[in-house]
Amino acid sequence: MKQFLVFVRKEFLHISRDVRTILILLLMPIVQIVLFGFALTNEVQDIKVLFISNESNETAALINHRILSSPYFIPVESQASATEAENLMKSSQVSLIVNYSRNFNETMVKEGAGQIELIADGSDPNMASAILSYSSAIIAASIKERMPASLENMGKLSLSTELLYNPQMKSSYNFVPGVMGLILMIICAMMTSISIVREKETGTMEILLVSPIRPMFIILSKSVPYFILSVINLATILLLSVYVLKVPVTGSLFWLVMVSFIFIFVSLTLGLLISSITHTQVAAMLISGLALMMPAMLLSGMIFPISNMPELLQVFTKFVPATWYILAVKKLMIQGLPLSSVVTEIAAMCAMAAVFLALSLKQFKYRLE
Amino acid sequence: MLRYLLEKEFKQFVRNKFLPKLVLFYPLLMMVLMPWAANLEVKNLRISIVDKEHSAASNALINKISGSSYFSNTLYAQSYLDAMSHIESQKSDIILELPLDFEKNLVNRVDQEIFIAANAVDGVRGSMAGTYLTSIVKEFSQEYMDTGLKAPGIEIISLSKYNPAMDYKLFMVPALIVLLLTIAVGFLPALNIVAEKESGTIEQINVTPVGKYTFIGAKLILYWAVGFVVLTTTLLLSKYFYGIEPLSGYARFYLLSYLFMVVVSGLGLVISNYSATMQQAMFVMFFFALIMILMSGLFTPVASMPVWSQTITAANPLKYFTDVMRMLFIKGSNLGQLVKEITILAGFAIFFNFWAVLSYHKSS
Repeated sequence: MKQFLVFVRKEFLHISRDVRTILILLLMPIVQIVLFGFALTNEVQDIKVLFISNESNETAALINHRILSSPYFIPVESQASATEAENLMKSSQVSLIVNYSRNFNETMVKEGAGQIELIADGSDPNMASAILSYSSAIIAASIKERMPASLENMGKLSLSTELLYNPQMKSSYNFVPGVMGLILMIICAMMTSISIVREKETGTMEILLVSPIRPMFIILSKSVPYFILSVINLATILLLSVYVLKVPVTGSLFWLVMVSFIFIFVSLTLGLLISSITHTQVAAMLISGLALMMPAMLLSGMIFPISNMPELLQVFTKFVPATWYILAVKKLMIQGLPLSSVVTEIAAMCAMAAVFLALSLKQFKYRLE
Repeated sequence: MLRYLLEKEFKQFVRNKFLPKLVLFYPLLMMVLMPWAANLEVKNLRISIVDKEHSAASNALINKISGSSYFSNTLYAQSYLDAMSHIESQKSDIILELPLDFEKNLVNRVDQEIFIAANAVDGVRGSMAGTYLTSIVKEFSQEYMDTGLKAPGIEIISLSKYNPAMDYKLFMVPALIVLLLTIAVGFLPALNIVAEKESGTIEQINVTPVGKYTFIGAKLILYWAVGFVVLTTTLLLSKYFYGIEPLSGYARFYLLSYLFMVVVSGLGLVISNYSATMQQAMFVMFFFALIMILMSGLFTPVASMPVWSQTITAANPLKYFTDVMRMLFIKGSNLGQLVKEITILAGFAIFFNFWAVLSYHKSS
């Protein structure tokens, strides 16, 4: 036991004397939380809109006014023709063109009819569909205002929409669980694997292996400091998200922390596995960076909803540990569901930890090569 | 001199067990997987319907909803609580509760209220789902209650320019190239130089007459060649796998990609010059790469960010290159329309490479 503690101390010294790494490890969660919490949203705002109309007309004026008084649109001051407008869109200076038909004025007066063309920059399809649906809703509402009263008397169908769990539609509610998964994964898996492989690469592993301490303890003592660092990060993330981003922990804090511990454990075992199959730091880093971080960002449901993916990929996501963790955190933290709702997630993470641990023990070489 | 150094670098690279595989297979893997996964469209929504009435009208409405392109899966729930349990177990995204007298009220033109509840953990997705469902129900009721009276006939024609089919892959594939180039041409040379530092071989180079420009130049040429391989792989894949090609043509694509490679490789060199161990280099890289990728508009639009962070993105080379790539692929912009981006990228290229050369010292 005493040997073990000495080794843990050695590892702590290793980390604490590399100021830059430790700074980044402690700063990364803060920066990410701030970024995700404030900067990253896919809400639609400040859409640059350009109106093309020949003469001003009462209906057109009303529509333009309504569009600009909504919070989503800002005008581009320009008397552009249709072709000039398209050029502006091509250089991304305009996102929506509202084009009234040439004789809009005339037909509105004579027949009460007209044509409005909405052209959105479709290079971001998601934005385009939001822009089109917002602007056509505004136009439809302004047209309704000018409708004859006889049409008003039909039975009104009102729809009330409740936004569950997140009535203010803050994007941080969705991103915080993802950031927690990403950070814990990177720190635990990447750091552990690198620190073990470094001993192999610099040759100090040989020295450790001939020392009286049991090889298992060498590995264990390496994971202790990273475990503690992860716990600190977990605390920072939770404090920041509750007090700065105002994302409440609606469920049980205790179980949230417990589930996070399980995930940290999974990541540590994954780090061990990586370290046992690689020989150089570059390989360990690239594997943990590229093969862990990318799937954790893309396939875990952190940014992109899993239900949008094709079936095959949805099966794939089940093998990414972060998927289960993020799901569990969303349930416990945001939705405030009881522990019984995350049994599957916990079971899946435990199973993964067992598999990783078994594999890495099988791979671990006690003998010098 | 440069020739021998180049020979050394290429041999070192090819004889590495891991790197050549990485350069060949990682872009392949990412190009095959990513565009399917990276999809922020609000589609494939799953809906739980609490239909208390089971009338012809409610059935017709349910059919209309399941037939729409937004909703992929319709679940039926006995009660609101039952529907909530669908939401809690992530089987459904939105609940529609139809009241008992739905049809009667429609026929008699009586005002009525319909309740929708959307899972808004992902706020935008939840609210968009609510908006879609509302518009479907409204449209349905108007069809049902059609009075024959006509509203002023203003026709709204909506058009999504450049990407009329609203294909999200067309949006993501060009951005993916930015990501892959950053990794291959930004990360790898940084690690390469720090590896020489850590294994001590840089000392040997430092005592030779090799100049610092030649030494760094040889490494950069290698990784620019690697970048060419990555670019070509991704281009072939995007053409034959997704049918996506740069509308502006290949010459502009390669030209501007090379400009970007000079920028990121310079950045990588700066980081490697300030790092003593690979671990440090990697972490600094990850730290900056993560911020730069997330702030580049690759995943979420820059225009949606608050003003302060839009100001920060102005200093992010990835943002400009993401814009450039999307404009080249999707809009087919010409160099004239890209002048601003090109000038800024060129500025970054000069800045980072100048800094890299200044901060590299042969003496320690």
